[in-house]
Amino acid sequence: MALITVVGLTLACLALTIVAIGQGAIAIPPGRVAEILMARLSGDDALLQGRDVLVVLNIRLPRVLIGLLIGAALAVSGALMQGLFRNPLADPGLVGVSAGAGLAAAATIVLGDRLLSGMTMKLPFAVLPFGAFCGGLISTLALYIIATRDGRTSVATMLLAGVALGALAGALTGLLAYLSDDRQLRDLTFWSLGSLGGASWTKLSAVAPIVLPLLLAMPLLARGLNGLMLGEAEAYHLGIPVQRVKAMAIILVALAVGASVATAGMIGFVGIVVPHLVRLAIGPDHRLLLPLSALGGAMLLVGADIAARLIVAPAELPIGIVTAAIGAPFFLWLLLRRSSALDV
Amino acid sequence: MSETVISEASAPASRAIVAGQGISFAAGGRHLVREASLTLAPGKTTILIGPNGAGKSTLLKLLTGELKPSAGSILVDGEALASIPGWRLACQRVVMAQHARLVFPFSVYEVARLGVDGVGRALSRQRREALIGECLAAAGVLELASRRYQTLSGGEQQRVQFARVLCQMEAGRSVCERQVLFLDEPIASLDLCHQLALLDMARSIAGRGVAVLVVLHDLNLAVTYADHLVVMDQGRIIAQGAPAKTLNDALLRQVFKVDLSLSRAPAPGLPFLLPQQHRLNPAA
Repeated sequence: MALITVVGLTLACLALTIVAIGQGAIAIPPGRVAEILMARLSGDDALLQGRDVLVVLNIRLPRVLIGLLIGAALAVSGALMQGLFRNPLADPGLVGVSAGAGLAAAATIVLGDRLLSGMTMKLPFAVLPFGAFCGGLISTLALYIIATRDGRTSVATMLLAGVALGALAGALTGLLAYLSDDRQLRDLTFWSLGSLGGASWTKLSAVAPIVLPLLLAMPLLARGLNGLMLGEAEAYHLGIPVQRVKAMAIILVALAVGASVATAGMIGFVGIVVPHLVRLAIGPDHRLLLPLSALGGAMLLVGADIAARLIVAPAELPIGIVTAAIGAPFFLWLLLRRSSALDV
Repeated sequence: MSETVISEASAPASRAIVAGQGISFAAGGRHLVREASLTLAPGKTTILIGPNGAGKSTLLKLLTGELKPSAGSILVDGEALASIPGWRLACQRVVMAQHARLVFPFSVYEVARLGVDGVGRALSRQRREALIGECLAAAGVLELASRRYQTLSGGEQQRVQFARVLCQMEAGRSVCERQVLFLDEPIASLDLCHQLALLDMARSIAGRGVAVLVVLHDLNLAVTYADHLVVMDQGRIIAQGAPAKTLNDALLRQVFKVDLSLSRAPAPGLPFLLPQQHRLNPAA
């Protein structure tokens, strides 16, 4: 059963990838996409002729790969945070990444222009993602320090401090929005809604090394998270290095989500919707939950990106709107179901 | 008489699996445990009793390594507890805490499997699966194996946790023979039949050479099952020894604030008390 699910989802993910590459202003049939990819992989340059080759390899492929990577990272981060906080409603934003990254991005957009206004150079494109990434990391670090006493991290304190820090960052972001002019406000709005537009191999090579460690660490963390389901003391009694698992999960999630937010802006609800769907299908064992969430998250984000490109073509809808439009109703349904169910 | 004292003092000290000496623990300016010393010997069932807030659970958490004492030493097989790596400790020291809540819908089988997932890594897959089945059966929850943990009653959940603890012990035995089992109020939610069954099993585990420490509230069960009785009050161990010699009327009055007198059942010579006396004797 589990094996069938893994193989099935992997195949579905591959198929979706090929379909997604074909979608856009220039439609390319899936067969041709597969042909181009196979030719590229086998090094058969003779077949790599024509405009569609350029579109597939230089524009669509990096975009879809970034989508897969970020989708997987957001979903796995969600599953990890829910396990770590022992709370089915936790999401990657809880570790303070989103709040810090949002504030840093707003600061870069609004204050960056003013600070650099004396200079003739334009704001380089990398400043915004780099600023957002640093902001996310700094706020996570601050939360982690607040919640750690005597070498033990209290996830409950982290949750509460996260709410306070989030409110503070939200207030400061609001203040920056108040100070900004019309163009900056528009930039701010678009960034906060997320987009995979502007993807390139350069961006992919920047985000992949930061996100991949999270995906590679899944098997290491799965057993520890299963033990943590019983409680921290019980996990310790089972021989699980609780503090190491907590620190590793928080740091890897902060890095991966920070890089994701920096690359594609704020994309909500992937981290909540996907792990819950997987739990409904195969149960809460993290050894399967984490890899299947990765596959599911990758598919959801790439699927949402197809929708974002098609609905208002040739323009693009911010992808955060699509994921939230799917995620919010699902979340409500989950809450309604929870109150009537026997389990917590 | 003096000979036995000497042999008892020297032999168990070297043979003890857990030896705590002068353990103290303070938190928030309050001394929860003061200068407690006790040893847990293989094959012996030690039962820890005392009124609410006496520091029983805190002492247990200190002995399991969950809390670090502010003073005193705890040795496990002659090695300082704090210096033993977690995975090795998990093979030797098994703990059933007071209550375990699960957030996500694990099945009973999956909960029991948590006991062998880490500790039993060296065992073959078949051996692990057989072991989980045996332990679920021993705890009397085999027929619940596919049920979701959250849908069980409190007593059933407690028995599932006991099955998980048995799994960890069996799996750990392949790594370390000299084991210690801690049970913190393991029978709190059980009916009488299952209370006796669980305590019988704890004693038979001790019979295999495991050192067992149980925190109990029921004094009659405590004196029935204990080889060694430890009485705590206000963070201190105020008496310990053989049950028949340790429990007396003065202690009951002082520690448990009840004016009851112990009675002795004729057959096994164990003391027992009848709470009914409380009503019969209004002056008390």
